[in-house]
Amino acid sequence: MRLSVDQIEEIARLARLELSEKEKKIYAEQLSVVLDYMEMLNEVNTDGVEETCQVTGLEDVVRSDKVVECPPGVEEKIIGNFPEKVGNLLKVRAVFSEAE
Amino acid sequence: MLNRLTIQQAHDGLKKKEFSSVELTRACLKRIKERNKDINAFISVFEKEALDEAKKADELISGKPFGKAQGKQKALTGIPFCVKDAINTKDRRSTGAAKILDNYVPPFDATVIKKIREQGAVLLGKNNCDAFGHGASNENSMYGPVKNPHDLTKVAGGSSGGTAAAVADDMCVFGIGEDTGGSIRQPASFCGVVGLRPSYGRNSRYGIMPMASSLDTVGPITKTVEDCAIVEEIIVGPDELDATTVQNHKSKIINQKSLRVGVPREYFSAIGGPAFGGNGMDGEVKKLIERKIERLKDLKTCPERSRRITIVDVSLPMTKYAIPVYYIIVPSEDSSNLGRLDGIRYGVRAEAENLYDVYAKSRAQGFPEEVKRRIMIGTYALSAGYYDAYYRKAQKVRTLIIQDFNQVFNNVDVLLTPTSPFPAFGIEEKKNDVLAMYLADVFVGAAALAGLPAISVPAGKTKSGLPVGLQIIGPRLKENLVFHTAKLIENYAH
Repeated sequence: MRLSVDQIEEIARLARLELSEKEKKIYAEQLSVVLDYMEMLNEVNTDGVEETCQVTGLEDVVRSDKVVECPPGVEEKIIGNFPEKVGNLLKVRAVFSEAE
Repeated sequence: MLNRLTIQQAHDGLKKKEFSSVELTRACLKRIKERNKDINAFISVFEKEALDEAKKADELISGKPFGKAQGKQKALTGIPFCVKDAINTKDRRSTGAAKILDNYVPPFDATVIKKIREQGAVLLGKNNCDAFGHGASNENSMYGPVKNPHDLTKVAGGSSGGTAAAVADDMCVFGIGEDTGGSIRQPASFCGVVGLRPSYGRNSRYGIMPMASSLDTVGPITKTVEDCAIVEEIIVGPDELDATTVQNHKSKIINQKSLRVGVPREYFSAIGGPAFGGNGMDGEVKKLIERKIERLKDLKTCPERSRRITIVDVSLPMTKYAIPVYYIIVPSEDSSNLGRLDGIRYGVRAEAENLYDVYAKSRAQGFPEEVKRRIMIGTYALSAGYYDAYYRKAQKVRTLIIQDFNQVFNNVDVLLTPTSPFPAFGIEEKKNDVLAMYLADVFVGAAALAGLPAISVPAGKTKSGLPVGLQIIGPRLKENLVFHTAKLIENYAH
């Protein structure tokens, strides 16, 4: 399996990762090697085998849907971690723009 | 030299008032000051806060504030410990070893940390690791690699390399790490300490920076097996904040007359060898592990309880598929989990004109190479048209790997293997060979995929003085059998 730089660019776009031209070349090379190695799994016959999605065997884990108060001081700490803010509000770039 | 003490010894010394927690904490901080510049085991050290916590612990132990002669000392009261930086600690910077969280101070403790701190343990600092747990050498940290205390030109292992190095070098009494596919056991083996990966679902992962949710576990790294069991006993248990935790975590050995130790022949053969893209098993490692097996045979019975020990040759034919399965499932779940890190609500935000660029640039600048590589592999493996070929296929082979284990556990109580095919390798040695680095997890990946408990205990040193680790894998939730066998190795199989 050989991945092209175009494919790498598309994966990076989906993953929201800016890559340099050099990185694109390196990742095209490395991902190809890793994916080739994964091909080994094709040797294994998995007809009729169920997937393992979890190993605990737990089913329908539920809890009561009640509002829990934020402990005092935590709200300020969360706001304190905002990268940009206006007062107590989180500041972000416009979600909709003509370019998108 | 108080910093050299085990939990058990430190607890007793504090109880008998031979020394105070402040003295014990100072000894650890002094050791960190002397050694961390060479080893780089810590990203953050909280000197002032640790001494304040130690003072409080001393008051608890003395009982004075309650007007009582008898104190309120618990197992970990006043004992200094450290935590992998990919685990959240309240009001203490937690970077995950990636610059995107360089300034992040969590407003909460991970559940396991909360339990330890409620005992009055003293948090010394946060350990360097491979960023978000991605790696087997600790070279994927954006804060520099961790050096092996036994040889500064070698890696400490990964991803919990800083924690293992700090415990091995007596910079703390014990540590807490995270193991997705070997990240506690492999560095424990490289550094010559004890590390437990608990059964999946036994310890709460709430507050652990998530990597591969279907595999992530959190567990202790300690100087002795006894210490490991002490910490595990405190952090174990169900948690409403982690829906994968199980209620019935307690397991008792009832009237077991014999201990059957299985030795899977695949772990001593060519797996990880050239046919699989690796260098195979190191001769000295093989010899050291085989010697331990011989010693167990010589013992014949467990000294403390008269259980007969039998060594059984077993086969786990699916072992060779563990690494390809692991490196499909893990990057897939990684890429999904790491979507939360985008520079929006916390962490470091890159300067950019529009929203897309804020995401793309914050992630580009804040993640190291291996994190980006895993996000790329995972995004590809989960994308339309490839999901069946990669992720679904891997989850099916995972089922077969689990069936392998179920079958052998019909005939044996525990499995004994090397933890790693080789001792600590050189810094930079494997850094540019992605596949060789992934194959370093060859002996630790399968148990993780099956959700089994596994411990690494020291098995001796190579001629050049590098520690070698022995792994004991048990059936799900049979930590007691794992600890029992580990203690046999530690105490009697010399």
